[in-house]
Amino acid sequence: MLDASTPLVEMTDISIAFGGIKAVDHASISLNRGEVVGLLGHNGAGKSTLIKILSGAYKRDAGDIRINGETATINNPRDAKSYGIETIYQQLAVADNVDAAANLFLGREMITPLGTLDDAAMESRAREVMGRLNPNFRRFKEPVKALSGGQRQSVAIARAILFNARILIMDEPTAALGPQETAQVGDLIKQLKSDGIGIFLISHDIHDVFDLADRVVVMKNGQVVGEARTSEVTKDEVLGMIIMGKVPPGARPGPGAIAG
Amino acid sequence: MADQHAISTPTHPSSFAQNPIQRFLVATEIDTRLLGMIGALAIIWVGFNIFSGGLFLTPRNLWNLSVQTASVAVMVTGMVLVIVTRNIDLSVGSILGLVAMVMGITQTEILPVQLGLGLGHPLIWMLSLLAGLVVGVGIGALQGAIIAYLRVPAFIVTLGGYLVWRGAAWWVTMGRTVAPMDSTFQLIGGGPAGSIGFTWSWVVAVIACCAIGAGIFFGRQQRRRFNFPQRPLWAELSLAILGCGATIAAVWVANAYPWPVRIAENYAKANGLAVPDGGLFISHGIAIPVIIAVAVGVAMTFLSRRTRFGRYVYAMGGNPEAAELAGINTRWVTVKIFMLMGGLCAIAAAISSARLNAATNALGTLDELYVIAAAVIGGTSLAGGVGTIAGALLGAVVMQSLQSGMVLMGLDSPLQSIVVGIVLVFAVWLDTLYRRNKQ
Repeated sequence: MLDASTPLVEMTDISIAFGGIKAVDHASISLNRGEVVGLLGHNGAGKSTLIKILSGAYKRDAGDIRINGETATINNPRDAKSYGIETIYQQLAVADNVDAAANLFLGREMITPLGTLDDAAMESRAREVMGRLNPNFRRFKEPVKALSGGQRQSVAIARAILFNARILIMDEPTAALGPQETAQVGDLIKQLKSDGIGIFLISHDIHDVFDLADRVVVMKNGQVVGEARTSEVTKDEVLGMIIMGKVPPGARPGPGAIAG
Repeated sequence: MADQHAISTPTHPSSFAQNPIQRFLVATEIDTRLLGMIGALAIIWVGFNIFSGGLFLTPRNLWNLSVQTASVAVMVTGMVLVIVTRNIDLSVGSILGLVAMVMGITQTEILPVQLGLGLGHPLIWMLSLLAGLVVGVGIGALQGAIIAYLRVPAFIVTLGGYLVWRGAAWWVTMGRTVAPMDSTFQLIGGGPAGSIGFTWSWVVAVIACCAIGAGIFFGRQQRRRFNFPQRPLWAELSLAILGCGATIAAVWVANAYPWPVRIAENYAKANGLAVPDGGLFISHGIAIPVIIAVAVGVAMTFLSRRTRFGRYVYAMGGNPEAAELAGINTRWVTVKIFMLMGGLCAIAAAISSARLNAATNALGTLDELYVIAAAVIGGTSLAGGVGTIAGALLGAVVMQSLQSGMVLMGLDSPLQSIVVGIVLVFAVWLDTLYRRNKQ
């Protein structure tokens, strides 16, 4: 068994530049089992870019990724999935023109012994998982296009948990949702956390994240401003980190912190 | 899992519909769009039949129509997948021309003369077809790789291909027409010999009806296995009757078209048969190119609906980024689509050149536009993600019906182009309206 104190994910000194602009500049971040880490920052602070490196959507220029203490090679989304990293993207990454079951199993379809798609089995599994997540969900036969924002989000979340994710990345998971659906997602996060799954929550809005997260990491201009346990800082202090880059006493400063 | 019984109530949605027609449509789960196309086709057929003085709806014309549609029909099944993934292939006509040329040279010069097999050797048609398939798939792989890996837009790559492969077709024989084709190869193109005849046509009909029945039965079993809502029994039965009825009607028409008198007489003479007073009635039956086209249609429908590849094609068309993020190797899928398209062009080339009994460097000219038009009329959306093989096949039949109908009416060829162009735009406009209303 692995030592429980080994972080589930360790990203150290990650850098990536797009045409001379350093989107992420020597950023380090870690995640433990059963922990929810909020990654905060303005739009364009580099948080989505950093996390897309973990999920395999971007290739880093420099830095190391360790999963369970072992160096991981992540060059594309398939690699990330093989490490149990599942991502729920900000722009709901669902194929609008196919139904919920097809989206849930996209890239990992269930196959009959003859090698054809086992649609009935997939739909049955989809009904089971969606029933647990969102019991009101009934529109299995329709293209996802016809669903509401919340229903689409539950499809995206169901896809992530369907394949026993160990590390879940949620990029603005509640941005498109109403209050009730947001509360549902909150409950879901608590449930996943108790299953020992590590979760990154990415948001530019502190209110979405503060109550759910155990720890927050704040980014600004591609650098980590600082990190803090949510029990040791206030919302206003974190807001100060996001807006001004000022690190309060309860937080640990990072490379992007401003002096004083 | 405890509440599973609550979410899968085995009541079919049809039980909520009021109006009997609506209930029929919901219960049978027939695609209303497809039904609309069949209706449009029926109007076109009846209209032409009236205006051509009863020439259109004759076994002879319908049989010819089926043979004339075969080549475009084969290609359109691939074009659907190309367009669904937001690509386009402008080079299919040119690929057809080049592949036909290669197959022509292979069966008239390389195999019989240079390799010394001799004319009429039974291997010739197979090897020629194989050579054509290799060239077609190879061209598709090349174009697909440039599109997928070098990221050149499909429009440009295939526009280049349109010029390159047409030029290459010319270059193979320096513009000379290659003829005649191998006698076995010619059967791929249809004609009295290239049809399967009365008995075998009915055998095909029986097999098709059994397949329809089996498909419905197993679909129902599968739904029962997972406790999904099932279609009412009467709906399943009417589907079976409709499917089998259409099959039987098609075969009946094909069998009602006799061989031309002269050919029948020659055949009788060669086989020592006595010619009765009313002339010898030998049915054509289903033409071989039509069987090929239908088989390709069935295979491509299977591929697009029941395999991973097909699922990825549609997902890529709906949201390329989501497909990529889901871990699908979208580039390789793109290459495979174009390889498939190239292979289908080769089959279409075999049909066209065998039917003409020659490979010319103009063979397949403008086919790319007919193929794209057929796919679009058949409901394939250029925005990607939407389109069915069956719809596109119907689109091909609509296009060919318009053309041969206008020929029967004696319309001038410039007027024919004008009508086809207008119909294309009109059909897409109707489709846009339909989709907007549905939402």
